[in-house]
Amino acid sequence: MQYARAAHIEHESTEVPTGRLGIWWFLASEIVIFGGLISVYVLLRWRHPEWGAESTHTINAAGAFNTLVLLTSSLTVVLAHKAVSEERLREAARLLGFTLLGGLIFLCVKAFEYAHEIREGFVPARSLFWSFYYTMTGLHALHVIGGMVAIGCVLVALRRGRLPHRVEYVGIYWHFVDVVWIFLFPLLYLTS
Amino acid sequence: MSAGTPALHHVNQTHARSFWRTWVFSTDHKTIAKQYMFTGLALALIGGFLAYVIRMQLANPGQPVPGYGTIGPGQYNAVVTLHGTIMIFWVAMPILLAGLGNFLIPLMIGAHDMAFPRLNMLSYWVFFTSTLILLASFFVPGGAAAGGWTSYPPLSDRAVNSGVDLGVTLWILAVALEFAAFLMGGINFIVTAINNRAPGMRLFDMPLMVWMEVAASIIFLFSVGPLIAGAVLLLLDRVANTGFYDPARGGDPLLFQHLFWFFGHPEVYVILLPGFGAVAEILPVFARKPIFGYRMIVYSTIVTGVLSFIVWAHHQFIAGIDPRLATPFSITTILISVPIGITLFAFIATLWRGSISFQTPMLFALGMIAVFLLGGVTGIHNGVPATDIYIHDTYFVVAHFHYALIPSVFFAFFAAFYYWFPKMFGRRTYEWLGQLHFWGTFVFMNVTFLPMFFLGLMGHHRRIANPHFFEALRTPEADRLQWIATLGAIGLFASQIPLILNLILSLVRGVRAEKNPWRANTLEWTVDSPPPHGNFANVPVVRRGPYEYSAPGHSEDYLPQDALA
Amino acid sequence: MGLESWLPTAASSFAGDVDWLLRFITWIVGIWFLLAEGILVFFIFRYRRRPGVRAAYVPARSLRAMAFVLVPCALILGFDLVIDAVAAPIWQRIKETLPPPQETVRITGEQWAWRFRLPGPDGRFDTADDVEVVNELHLPVGAVVQFELTAKDVIHSLWMPEMRLKQDAVPGRTIRGWFEPTREGRFELACAQICGFGHTMMKALVVVENREAYQNWVRQKAGSAYTTPTENNQN
Repeated sequence: MQYARAAHIEHESTEVPTGRLGIWWFLASEIVIFGGLISVYVLLRWRHPEWGAESTHTINAAGAFNTLVLLTSSLTVVLAHKAVSEERLREAARLLGFTLLGGLIFLCVKAFEYAHEIREGFVPARSLFWSFYYTMTGLHALHVIGGMVAIGCVLVALRRGRLPHRVEYVGIYWHFVDVVWIFLFPLLYLTS
Repeated sequence: MSAGTPALHHVNQTHARSFWRTWVFSTDHKTIAKQYMFTGLALALIGGFLAYVIRMQLANPGQPVPGYGTIGPGQYNAVVTLHGTIMIFWVAMPILLAGLGNFLIPLMIGAHDMAFPRLNMLSYWVFFTSTLILLASFFVPGGAAAGGWTSYPPLSDRAVNSGVDLGVTLWILAVALEFAAFLMGGINFIVTAINNRAPGMRLFDMPLMVWMEVAASIIFLFSVGPLIAGAVLLLLDRVANTGFYDPARGGDPLLFQHLFWFFGHPEVYVILLPGFGAVAEILPVFARKPIFGYRMIVYSTIVTGVLSFIVWAHHQFIAGIDPRLATPFSITTILISVPIGITLFAFIATLWRGSISFQTPMLFALGMIAVFLLGGVTGIHNGVPATDIYIHDTYFVVAHFHYALIPSVFFAFFAAFYYWFPKMFGRRTYEWLGQLHFWGTFVFMNVTFLPMFFLGLMGHHRRIANPHFFEALRTPEADRLQWIATLGAIGLFASQIPLILNLILSLVRGVRAEKNPWRANTLEWTVDSPPPHGNFANVPVVRRGPYEYSAPGHSEDYLPQDALA
Repeated sequence: MGLESWLPTAASSFAGDVDWLLRFITWIVGIWFLLAEGILVFFIFRYRRRPGVRAAYVPARSLRAMAFVLVPCALILGFDLVIDAVAAPIWQRIKETLPPPQETVRITGEQWAWRFRLPGPDGRFDTADDVEVVNELHLPVGAVVQFELTAKDVIHSLWMPEMRLKQDAVPGRTIRGWFEPTREGRFELACAQICGFGHTMMKALVVVENREAYQNWVRQKAGSAYTTPTENNQN
């Protein structure tokens, strides 16, 4: 389909569009980074059962809400991709906008959580659990922000009818951000 | 760009492009390659100077080093740390991976440029920034990082432990940015090789250089993640008072070691493979014979890559890990010598019944094999836990890894540099200067590092500024060995002067190079020297593999990949 | 091979095994090394370019051709596995087992000194007669010595070349090991892991002497655990 490939590329040696290959390899590198961090946390958590007590002070309701928000925003980005494939570019742009909104809500809730936790004295230096909590959710939040910037750029181009194939790519990235959160939520919030 | 417009219009286009867009902020892979290479070579001068300081200090402990001054023990630690850090991350990786890879991959597969040219340019400027940050660390209060290139906590975890504060933080940031640059570059290499190949070029028609660069990029990509995580944790320990590596707060210093070496060991193959690739290209051309066992080498390389992920704890046999882990890791370590051996022996077999000529690229390629063999076999001494008890953290290890790294990084790079110089710069190099460079480098490399095996056996441990403090190292034998190594090092540095002269003279007044001065088969030799922007006016159609030399039934002893039968 | 002439004279019960293994490995890899170099050099000379002589076309695509490389590599693998099989029991004996000790010493590496704690004449730790000394340890010859090694601040590494003993000292862990000194003498104990700017000078003296002299020393030092200053000299 015409939308799948960047317009200026004349020949691709495989059936997979270059941009999609690029995004997947990029995600591979990110998976190893987060995978490393999460594995380290799991290993140390196993050695320190007393972290369970600390973990009860995370706001489960906020975490659950955020999980829902991210999942919904993943849905909207999938719908945006579908809209592009049906050449409904304006609809796709709207859906990307909703995805961005989801990211924004996620960040606001996270900011609220951080503020609350810090006020209550659960700062990074308090215990290794909290060091991990802030590091992992912080790194994840940075990736949410990065994703939002990328989606924003694709959105702007899309409204001028340009580069529709990139909706798929930011969508794939956004799913990754969502999947990481789906690991973080139970590991940081729910296990106690 | 509108749909359907071919990219051919890039070739030879006379845009009104400013100096800045052409030479500084260029998206052309060939320019980016040269930027990486020259940055790496410049840093090699610094890394080499630091090595000179180390050798002078060891031969003459406590005496001021000519050209540097007196070194206190704290400063010595920084010298040792930055020597290793610079050589691995700011020399080996940019010249071999980013430099050669960027220049050669598109040309060798028949592409106009990399898959993501702007990402490519970004990667260089991120790398350049990392270089500035690293160099800045020399000048901040407290000086540069001083915990070894391995930077183990708790020494590196708190400023109070090492006496260095900002220097270590900057070191971590510089390394992290360097990693980011090479991740960007690596993704570019991998995607380009998968998707930008010229019609007819199947994966098993790609030159081994491309295979090796891609394999190195994949290994890097999969191994660096955990260390990025570990480095983030180290940084947070330093600036946010967390306790990830602090045993008093539930952390574990050994955790960092595992994260470091999980990357660190694959990293040595990341650095080794491009050099192997260069040798794999050069041997057939100068022996006029196909590479022996092309597919065997590809499969061996893949096996090496996979195995490289399960050997890491051989750096930690006596680090405090459970001793029962040592023998399993030793077995995997021993296993990995097999695919490496296959590649090396395939190289040697390529010479059998060849017709060998000894221009500088071939001298360095052969020298690489000859010297690397010693590095390889001494890996066994290190990889067996019971002997590692003795030689770990001694100069035996230092000798081992220099015997592995100098051929695979420097000899191989020099081989590649002399070989592809005509293509890169459109000029021939001066052969006599090249020969001088080779013989000096080859001889003095051995003079410098062979004594270190024996110093290690005598008990000389690593990263000490004054061996005379120890009785066994105060003997006339030890002193003699130190002096031989030091004079060797001076000879080694002096031997690089012909290279610098050659570079300058060739660029300024070297004979202009034709398209294919070496009568080689790969696609880069079908275009002008240097290639125009966009490389190929017409995308070549590939009809055969890259190593059809002296094929029966042809009058010429070479057959380019795109030539009609 | 003249490896012995480079190694410091062995002074522990397992030093001989380590030395033997070093020699064994060196012989095996040495022969392979010389063979490989020899063939390389031979090919370089034998197949120099000569006018009128064309190179052979040997891409080695068949398994039969590749066998010339694969078979030697399989042999090398065999030798390597033999080396590992022979070496594993030695490692096991040194690092995976703890023979019943006759003396126990608690060793702490710190920036930049070695602190040794002995149980004293009563043979029990944490009693009034415990010995604590800095940078000089006495041991009786022929006795199995068990050490409990830790570090106070950063990672250090216990290194006694004559004993063929090395073990990293990690803060937050107590690592047990052993050795049996077999020769009387004065031996240097160094730090083999970079530990700050005093790393170069971090050295202790280990004096191995006959049992009587050792016991005299212990008696002399009895109770020093409570009088030795706990902050070492950081000059």
